[in-house]
Amino acid sequence: MLLIHCPYCDEKRPEIEFAYGGEAHIARPHDPSTLNDEEWEGHLFIRSNPRGRHHERWRHIHGCGRFFNAVRDTVTDKFETTYKAGEPRR
Amino acid sequence: MTRFNAFNLFAKALGGHKSWPEQWPDARPKPFYDAIIVGGGGHGLGAAYYLAKKYGIRNVAVIEKGWLGGGNTGRNTTIIRSNYLYDESAHLYDHAVKLWDGLSQELNYNTMYSKRGVMMLAHNVHDVQSFKRHIHANRLNGVDNEWLTPEEAKAYCPPLSIDPGARYPVLGAALQRRGGTARHDTVAWGYARAAAALGVDIIQNCAVTGIRRGPSGAIEGVETERGFIAAPKVGVSAAGNSSVIMQMAGLQFPLESYPLQALVSEPIKPVFPCVVMSNTVHAYMSQSDKGELVIGAGTDQYVSYSQRGALHIIEHTVAAICEIFPIFRRMRMLRSWGGVVDVTPDRSPILGKTPVPGLYVNCGWGTGGFKATPGAADLLAYTIARDEPHPINAPFNLDRFRNGRLIDEAAAAAVAH
Repeated sequence: MLLIHCPYCDEKRPEIEFAYGGEAHIARPHDPSTLNDEEWEGHLFIRSNPRGRHHERWRHIHGCGRFFNAVRDTVTDKFETTYKAGEPRR
Repeated sequence: MTRFNAFNLFAKALGGHKSWPEQWPDARPKPFYDAIIVGGGGHGLGAAYYLAKKYGIRNVAVIEKGWLGGGNTGRNTTIIRSNYLYDESAHLYDHAVKLWDGLSQELNYNTMYSKRGVMMLAHNVHDVQSFKRHIHANRLNGVDNEWLTPEEAKAYCPPLSIDPGARYPVLGAALQRRGGTARHDTVAWGYARAAAALGVDIIQNCAVTGIRRGPSGAIEGVETERGFIAAPKVGVSAAGNSSVIMQMAGLQFPLESYPLQALVSEPIKPVFPCVVMSNTVHAYMSQSDKGELVIGAGTDQYVSYSQRGALHIIEHTVAAICEIFPIFRRMRMLRSWGGVVDVTPDRSPILGKTPVPGLYVNCGWGTGGFKATPGAADLLAYTIARDEPHPINAPFNLDRFRNGRLIDEAAAAAVAH
């Protein structure tokens, strides 16, 4: 089980307090009606799925309830850092 | 290749079984092949076998970064069934189930395919309605599936608890009698031995580090730890690492890789005659011929290539097992392990051509690829040989994520594959 640092609570808590929220920094389309099929595919389905550094969202669902972002290595599962939602990509 | 038969067994016994040849040679890579398969699991080895056997392409290499069947082929719970809801899926998985029949004879290798039946439990009104819909859809597609009352389910699988006072009572079950299990390792080994006998080179401990494309964009070959190997056609069958390989060719795929765990108990005498699955409480179990109870857990929630998962996932599954089979509450678990499964947004595989000429893909089987091994292998070989998909795998193209013609088994099958 992962130990995850919540940047809002500033505490390391067990994974069962958190819900995974998928890849981070995928912005919703600014003007959805102008997107073509290829752009929709990219937004909805294509994911980087890297072997290594992965930017991802977590939600401290059984804690403060807030979303934040994390950088984790997908080979070792070690967290490099976590940071608040809205902060720039690290 | 020395055939496995009673005569040879007797003849070799006279020499103390010391003169059996190796089952397949550990090949050194040649500079050029007509086709290369990346990934030496059941799917990849099978594709090489069918290329050589059915489609006449014998100058083929299988390149594996580790050892044969060391990925998801050796890490799954070996369940075989084809009772999928959608027409496309039913055709795809039933193609595989038909090939499982007779596979041992064809490969001259005992894959221990046992048609012991796969029973899926219904615990609430929604399950009952949805399973009955599955049964009717399956029958229209020529796939056997039948409805059992709780008493019939209990008769088919005596350890099952059908206590109406249970937290998740059994209201009935759907049974596919042709479903069952096979021995996972022998599938990889059997295909490897049969393919090698037809001239396929099997290259282990050789990771692919790059995919080389020519000025026109077409495939020229693969870069490996042992140098460049040229081939006009490359089939990728790399399961959890498919995204990584595809990125080498400059393609971004709609895949995410998750850890999936399984575990086995200490071996006991035969008590469990079939495969039982419960989507609602998320548990499934069978008993291997060695006597171990083989239990499949769920995926972890996050993307990972670590080949291990968290204990609370196993705990959740084992709690469900104890609820449905109180008889096993005092069993001890012997081993647990994890694999990396590549999951598509609609939980259906991607099997066909890619935007890169000469590059073919077989991926996205998620949590349920073992059952499809012979079918996927055959269809990948067909697609590589003809440079066009077979009608069975044509719907499982990459374009569906762009044109919206998804095959949404994520909705149809809920969690279990």
